[in-house]
Amino acid sequence: MTDAANGRRNGMSSTAPMRAANDELQMPVALRWYLVHERVILGTLVVMLFLIGWEGLERGWWADMLRPLLGASAERLQLKPIFISSPTLIAAAAFRMFFVTGEIWRDLAWSGAGYVLGLGLAIAVGIPLGLAGGWYRRFSYAVEPFLSALNATPQVAFLPLIVVWVGTGLGQRVLIIFLLAVLPLAINAHAAVRTTDPRLVKVASSLGASDWRLLRTIILPSAVPFLLAGLRLAIGRGMIGVVVGEIYGSAAGVGAMINQAGARFQTDKVFVGVLTIIAAGVILVEIVQRIERRVDVWRAPA
Amino acid sequence: MAIPANLELAAHGERPRSSLTRLYLEHERLAIGGGTLAAVLLLWEALGRSGLVDPLFISFPTQVAQAGWQLSHGRDFWNDVEVSASEFILGYGAALALAIPLGLAVGLSKRLQYMIGPFVDTLNAVPRVTLLPLIIIWCGIGIWSKVVVVFLGAAIPILINTQSGVKTSEARFIRVARSFSASRLKIFSSIILPGTVPFIFTGLKYGAGRALLGVVVGELYASTAGLGHMIADAGNTFQTDVVFFGVLVFMATGLIVVALLDAVERRFEKWRPRPR
Amino acid sequence: MPAKLEAQDIRLEYFQPRTNTRLLALDGVDLKIMDGEFVSIVGPSGCGKTTFLSVVDGLIAASAGRILVDGQAVTKPGPDRAVVFQDASLLPWRTVLNNVRYGLECLNVGAREAKERASHFINLVGLSGFEHHYPYELSGGMQQRVNLARALVMDPKILLMDEPFASLDAQTRELMQEELLQIWVQAKKTVLFVTHQIDEAIYLSDRVAVFSGRPGKVKATIAVAIERPRRLAIKREPRFHAIEDRIWGLIEGDVKVDRNRRNIDRSDRSF
Repeated sequence: MTDAANGRRNGMSSTAPMRAANDELQMPVALRWYLVHERVILGTLVVMLFLIGWEGLERGWWADMLRPLLGASAERLQLKPIFISSPTLIAAAAFRMFFVTGEIWRDLAWSGAGYVLGLGLAIAVGIPLGLAGGWYRRFSYAVEPFLSALNATPQVAFLPLIVVWVGTGLGQRVLIIFLLAVLPLAINAHAAVRTTDPRLVKVASSLGASDWRLLRTIILPSAVPFLLAGLRLAIGRGMIGVVVGEIYGSAAGVGAMINQAGARFQTDKVFVGVLTIIAAGVILVEIVQRIERRVDVWRAPA
Repeated sequence: MAIPANLELAAHGERPRSSLTRLYLEHERLAIGGGTLAAVLLLWEALGRSGLVDPLFISFPTQVAQAGWQLSHGRDFWNDVEVSASEFILGYGAALALAIPLGLAVGLSKRLQYMIGPFVDTLNAVPRVTLLPLIIIWCGIGIWSKVVVVFLGAAIPILINTQSGVKTSEARFIRVARSFSASRLKIFSSIILPGTVPFIFTGLKYGAGRALLGVVVGELYASTAGLGHMIADAGNTFQTDVVFFGVLVFMATGLIVVALLDAVERRFEKWRPRPR
Repeated sequence: MPAKLEAQDIRLEYFQPRTNTRLLALDGVDLKIMDGEFVSIVGPSGCGKTTFLSVVDGLIAASAGRILVDGQAVTKPGPDRAVVFQDASLLPWRTVLNNVRYGLECLNVGAREAKERASHFINLVGLSGFEHHYPYELSGGMQQRVNLARALVMDPKILLMDEPFASLDAQTRELMQEELLQIWVQAKKTVLFVTHQIDEAIYLSDRVAVFSGRPGKVKATIAVAIERPRRLAIKREPRFHAIEDRIWGLIEGDVKVDRNRRNIDRSDRSF
């Protein structure tokens, strides 16, 4: 049977172009562009709707719009700024606090100092602890009950105890940040050593590497991704410590600022504080991720 | 310096041992762990009881136990337990009931994921304690502000993990289902759902920890009752033994909840090869 | 007599958005399989054997051409064709018994009937006693047998097998080939079998269809005139080697071309 005859039997012209198996991809350029960027488009759209809805709640747009329909109960659609503030109020407050009075920079420095000290202590103590635990099995057995207990407890519960020991002040803030941040670092460092590929160790040993050289050239390089992942976790947990540590009336600090503003119903300042903390966390994590990407250059893309 | 134990075999190979040594080695973990714990407790007891370190600062094990004993005979303690427990159960229960279905839905629908993604990521990045002033403005300092904090803390990891579970449903199993002309509902119930269960449990365990943290943080910040409140009060009045006891209660709760979840998980996951 | 399975001028084209080009995977595959026949497809890597099988099963829609089962055109998966995949892909959370009856569940077959039919085929593949085991407790060979039972229990008209023994070690593979023939005789099915290994294809089949390199089409069909039942030992007989040589001769050129092409493709990987 000739091609043409075949084609007619199939109901398809043999000279017409074939349908590709994945023909859905052959669509108008605009639609394809939308699909490629759909995530950003939808995300932004929804966020914008949310912000507009929020602003409208505070300013009474929806109340005004729906009053003819709902009558008096339309008042429910307008909320006082002390309850919810609004995007524009928050932006104004942020501008004020960052660029006019500059008050937030002092708070950032204050909290930042405690954070850096606490995180630094956590790194200095947690990573060697974890590495030692991964290295010396017996050491790991000895320390395990304490770390498991610490892990199972909400570490913040130790805050009153810390206050008893060192009072309120820098020491207390540093300690609570330390307590919160140390565990992910130690646990990950431990796991890093334990999951070193034994085949690499075998090869190095058979080539006559000393134990110290093994640590330096095999174990530490393969441990880096674990350590960085632990660092990312520790950063977030440390942030919690910053704010929690400032509950007990710190003289300054972003957490203290949030608490005071909250007590005075200055909801816009509260939001500015919250957003500042989020931004700080995001920036720090992004830095760690950049380092991760540099250090992991040799890794095959997933 | 010895090589890490798990790598010793790779580096050096087996070494002959006597039977007594082997008996010790089998239980070594328990021996050393338990031993160190006991030693620390004894040291603590000695330091506190003798007054070398002022018991006002560190208390000692028997004093803590005594405080616990006394508390458990009083009504206030159990009232506090009830308050904290209801905060935990209400918040965690609501998180479970809402986040699992939502996580499944988000995992199945790309569009839904794009839409609520920004909100979930933001809530994930916020330390809940920063939202406390706001939550207190909205809900007061009673039990409901804590329930909200607990809910937020548990719901986000449960949602994220459930979603992750749906998305990592193995394509090869879905292919099997399709080759048997399974309906979409059948694919969901027989392939996606069972495959997501381990992820849901991971989320539940992580969420439980965050829920407990929420109880503590909420009560430390502002409350009139509850175990966290009790700890804060005791701390202010230097009743260090009560403080330690309170921390112990939270520790025990954390361990019990995770152990319970592990047990339930094991029932669901008979089909998994248990590592070691 | 009408063919049990017939592929008429199957063409398959892919559109590649990344490079904005069209890729021809199958270029006019014609194949006819009679009832009860065992036919294998061999060919170089990437020639489209597995893709063709997916088209026959209905998992992928052909760009042109038709698939006919008992004279009726088919476009979607259906109970008349069952696939045994290379990866056993047993659902890890189900026991052997529940895995085997999975397909029947999808067709809403009653529980009791499903259990009986499943047990029968678990027995047929030699795994009776293992009904309540989980996949992780089984060896690779055993998992493939469950895979086979799962396909057979559907009572399909055509059994499609996609390199089912590829992940087994060489010795298990040989034994499984022999076992497969025994099961095939008992189950009396029409089989389309895809494989890389020429000796496997010849040993198992009545006919071997040799695919060309990409884009795939049937280069030649070699009849295997060796009487059944076949012992493994026939693989060492001269007449067996002769057929092997013939088939290798047909695909050798294509294999070499394809190997060079793949090396270039691989270095171009930028994802």
